[in-house]
Amino acid sequence: MMSDSNTFEPKIVAFVCNWCTYAGADLTGTSRLKYATNVKIVRFPCTGRIDFLFLLKSFAQGADAVIVSGCHPNDCHYTSGNFHARRRWIAFRAILDLMGIDVRRIQFSWVSAAEGAKWADLVNNTVSDIRALGPYTEYQKVAEYLEKEGFDGEA
Amino acid sequence: METKYISKEGLGRWFDAIVASEKRIYAPVKSRGQVDFKQVKSLSEVADEYIQTTQSIKAAVFPKAEILFSYEKVNGKVNLTDFDPNSVPETVLWKVHPCDAAGFRPLSAIFNWDSADKLHNAHLSRTTIVSYGCAIADESCFCTSVNGGPGNLNGSDLQLTMLPDGGAIAEIITARGETLASLCPDAFVADRGDDKSAHLVDLPARFSLEEVQSKLNKAFDSSVWKQQSERCLGCGACAFVCPTCACFDIQEDVHGSKGRRIRCWDACGFSLFTLHTSGHNPREHQSQRWRQRILHKFSYMPERLNVVGCTGCGRCSRACPVDMNILEHITSIAEQ
Amino acid sequence: MEKLRERAAALLADGTVSLVIGFEEGTKRPRPFFCRTSDQASKLIFDSRCFHNLAVYVTKKELVGKEPFAVTAPIATLRSILQLYVENQLKEEQMLILTADPAGELFELRSFDEISAYVANFELKRGEREEEILHKIEGMTREERWQFWLNEMSQCFKCYACRSACPLCYCTKCVVEVNRPQWIHPWPAPLANMEWHINRAMHMVGRCTACGACGEACPVGIPIDLITRKMMEDLAPEFGYIPGLPARQGNALSSWRLDDREQFIR
Repeated sequence: MMSDSNTFEPKIVAFVCNWCTYAGADLTGTSRLKYATNVKIVRFPCTGRIDFLFLLKSFAQGADAVIVSGCHPNDCHYTSGNFHARRRWIAFRAILDLMGIDVRRIQFSWVSAAEGAKWADLVNNTVSDIRALGPYTEYQKVAEYLEKEGFDGEA
Repeated sequence: METKYISKEGLGRWFDAIVASEKRIYAPVKSRGQVDFKQVKSLSEVADEYIQTTQSIKAAVFPKAEILFSYEKVNGKVNLTDFDPNSVPETVLWKVHPCDAAGFRPLSAIFNWDSADKLHNAHLSRTTIVSYGCAIADESCFCTSVNGGPGNLNGSDLQLTMLPDGGAIAEIITARGETLASLCPDAFVADRGDDKSAHLVDLPARFSLEEVQSKLNKAFDSSVWKQQSERCLGCGACAFVCPTCACFDIQEDVHGSKGRRIRCWDACGFSLFTLHTSGHNPREHQSQRWRQRILHKFSYMPERLNVVGCTGCGRCSRACPVDMNILEHITSIAEQ
Repeated sequence: MEKLRERAAALLADGTVSLVIGFEEGTKRPRPFFCRTSDQASKLIFDSRCFHNLAVYVTKKELVGKEPFAVTAPIATLRSILQLYVENQLKEEQMLILTADPAGELFELRSFDEISAYVANFELKRGEREEEILHKIEGMTREERWQFWLNEMSQCFKCYACRSACPLCYCTKCVVEVNRPQWIHPWPAPLANMEWHINRAMHMVGRCTACGACGEACPVGIPIDLITRKMMEDLAPEFGYIPGLPARQGNALSSWRLDDREQFIR
């Protein structure tokens, strides 16, 4: 598809918590800070609500990278949602890495409601990282398996 | 039907001719410590010296997952793309065991019971089955107890029985078999009069099918089901390796304004298989599901479709994690 | 083994238990056996060939009912039973454990604490097979690991024998059967299979006791037990639990520490 890295525009899905990062991203806008438009934001009540399957589904449906961001430790609106989430991501990254899934394509972050500039940096840096890595076709082409011939299960 | 002889060299030439005809060829291949059907391009890839492939060949005519149709909504109009029978390539199934070849009849009987299944029939009509008579068997094999045998021709288009010289007795059974043989006509020479049975495994019958069926007719309320199924874990391993199990599920795969409807394997052993939306489950216990599995194969199918739903391949016994050995269970019912 | 048979027969005869879940000789190797009378107890066997994790049966209400029962449990089964206790799936007063150490001495264990004390004598080690495959995987690049697992997962036909054989997969409705929305595609396809197995591994974090039952049950020979095993080995020190022993402080994913690692968080 888009093999030329100059024309490749990464598709990035960001799963963010309502109380910190979403408000932070809002501040980025109201502060008139410019940042890459490659990101689609999905708002959740808390990082604790972000199921790992959301991330897998994003990749299967064509995302080249995923951002997961919420409140800094001790800032969680629900006291410990982000601590639970942190544990989940430690385990999830370990499993994905064992399975050979490219964990560089998942960017975790803490962005508070006051860190509009940090959000812009996070998105910009992720976009440039993923631009360098290229599209995640390795994963996406497996998702389209059913279209192909054959019943022997070979991917 | 015609019996011929084909030499080792002739077999190689014929196989190459099939490859050259651009048909897909699936044959047993050894990989990851198992033997299973894979697409092959040369005879040397085909596995030797194994009792049975882990999975049956039914996926060739009943894929694990298949798109029934797909659709897309554009400007308020729905464009429908139906399954196209012509998209199915001509396929040769090579080195199928007679028990698998025999499985095509019960499978087709199910798929054509009340209405003709377009997909299954499209696959079947483009499939040629070359079976090999069995020279070896193990303690799970019992084809001879269910109307089959190591040299049974049921379901095969052409059957080879390997001879010590590397050649084979070639029995050309159907017109499809004839067409396939005609790809390399000079490889097939006059029958030398070899005794086929001398090159097949001797497998005495393990139970009497009539006796089992007459016992099963009265066994619906028997305590045998509960007793036999106690250790059953309720997975689908037996059903998925079976050459005749045909249960399927219909699923929807929707993305925005487009999607597709998919048919995929399911199993009557799963506890959710018969669960109603209301919450009622007519087969609530594993014993009822085990009874369904056995009665469906040995009672319902013979009654309604006039064909036994088990070909004695023994795969379920080999695949079961907790040794639900079908031969042992059937034999014990026969002996009751 | 003789002592174990005698004890089981006595327990059934005097009505202490109404069922002994154990092993009998199968057609190829030992298999699970539900011994309900003292006469049947002579069929019980208990040796190193008994590999099934019998803990998978102890949560099945339809099987064990409400009466007291006994389990002849190898070490792997005991580890799972401990974890089931931690997850409040078992009642101490309903279950009696009969087990024998490698020297053949009979032990009767009646409580969580007794089982814990007994299990603590046995170290959880990788076997030859686990060592061989994990060593191979540990030497791979990320791309090679992806290819390796993709090839393995492509064989999966979703019979769910792994789930059925696992004592800790006791949910009556699994996430793969939740269909509004349908999170994981129910049909077998490489990615759908991969998602299922990642999901299974995630649900096993801090719970898997590395009994290997899932890998053993897989009819197409996918070494799926190694995913949860490796994860357990790698994460246990970090989450502060001992592999193969129950997490008394709570399961890994339902607890947390202030100083959990976060170098990967930007």
